[in-house]
Amino acid sequence: MIKYTEDHEWVRMDSDTDATVGITDFAQEQLGELVYVELPNIAASISQGDDCAVVESVKAAGDVKAPVSGTIVSCNESLDDTPELINENAMGEGWLFTINLDDPTELEGLMDESDYQAYLTSLE
Amino acid sequence: MNDKNLHYTPLHSLHTELGAKMVAFANYSMPVQYPGGIIQEHQHTRNQASLFDVSHMGQITISGENAGQALESIMPMNFIDQPLGQHRYGLLTNDAGGIIDDLMVTRIATDSYFLVVNAGCKVNDLRHITEKIGKYVTIESHEDKALIALQGPAAINVLAKWVPELSNLRFMQASNFNIDGNQCFISRSGYSGEDGVEISVSGDQVESLAKLLLAQDAVKPAGLGARDSLRLEAGLCLYGQDLTENITPVEANLNWAIPKVRRDGGARPGRYPGYTIIQQQLTQGPKRKRVGVRPIGKAPVRAGTEIVDAEDNVVGVITSGGFGPSINQPIAMGLLEISVTTIDTRLFARVRNRLVDVEVCKLPFVAHQYKR
Repeated sequence: MIKYTEDHEWVRMDSDTDATVGITDFAQEQLGELVYVELPNIAASISQGDDCAVVESVKAAGDVKAPVSGTIVSCNESLDDTPELINENAMGEGWLFTINLDDPTELEGLMDESDYQAYLTSLE
Repeated sequence: MNDKNLHYTPLHSLHTELGAKMVAFANYSMPVQYPGGIIQEHQHTRNQASLFDVSHMGQITISGENAGQALESIMPMNFIDQPLGQHRYGLLTNDAGGIIDDLMVTRIATDSYFLVVNAGCKVNDLRHITEKIGKYVTIESHEDKALIALQGPAAINVLAKWVPELSNLRFMQASNFNIDGNQCFISRSGYSGEDGVEISVSGDQVESLAKLLLAQDAVKPAGLGARDSLRLEAGLCLYGQDLTENITPVEANLNWAIPKVRRDGGARPGRYPGYTIIQQQLTQGPKRKRVGVRPIGKAPVRAGTEIVDAEDNVVGVITSGGFGPSINQPIAMGLLEISVTTIDTRLFARVRNRLVDVEVCKLPFVAHQYKR
């Protein structure tokens, strides 16, 4: 099950306590071809809504906000050399980091797939 | 600009047809990129040829018996001796020696000069020029004309189909040519560091001309995003960032644009706004200077970022920064205190909460390919 934020991040539960986080296909399209990604430190503690990563294209830097609170478990190191993985596969290979959740109930406040699609339509 | 309405160039519907992402720039709706993306457009320009719409820029003719003298009274350039068809880079200066705008000036007749000015400055430029020399010359602003640029190693070859004699035009020369029935004023110049041309043509004809050029195999459209990454790699200044009313030509490292004839010891020294300060800096050197700044690593360092030394003293600021697709690394230019402007000086950029290593480097990042 994948949940979405209004800032175009996605969270996918991998177990009851851990999730993978990335930015959506819409977000990568808006940013253009990415040239640099700055990921959080492993074991860092972040709160929902905190700036926790940066994705940069030729033109601009985009802040990635933590969709949920927790502790960073791992980061996608392929993005160091190949940030454009996010453009190619934002929902899969372009994942940013995995996180151990402090409070899985935070997910209830996020959008599901159909809500997010409706949200995207509203932005047009 | 003073009015709040968004302006459109004559190529607006072509841009939308081509799927361009449009942004508001200098009060104009302009294409920042097409579906291929900025990096592809940038690389295509260096490999083949890209077509840019730059019709938002101002096109002005200044004419009169003393047009050359009049222009010399507001710019530290040599217009009196400028040969016919010669295209030159010029700077409109203010009384403090700062830059009001950077522009291109072509002598199109003994008593006539054709100016191309930045879109964001054109209203102010016209006001300034009129105020200063309006009594002595005729000023004509060409609202009906469009401007397109064809940049890249394949540009001249593409145009040779209609204008074979174009290969006789050297870098920084301009003349009138006919491209497939369209009367064009073409200069061999540009803002990409590559060979190529800038074409002034009637707004009524630019769409069909653009479509004609885009129909050529080697040509693809490119937007303002690629225009910026290309010029940054080429070490060229962007007005509003690298050049402002508070930066002098000497600080901007544009000494080469001020000819000997207008300096002390020359035939027509001074008598332009800001002469005292500019001449002093030419003689004694400026206190700060525009230099290339190369971030070490992969993180781009953007305009406005503070530069500090090892003791955490602020020694300057990044004026333009981004990513260079041709060299696959972040690149920047900054205005730094003269004491730290030696090539290879290691400094630090304050990016978000950390310090990014940077070094002072030579410009350009990518060598120019001008056909002199």
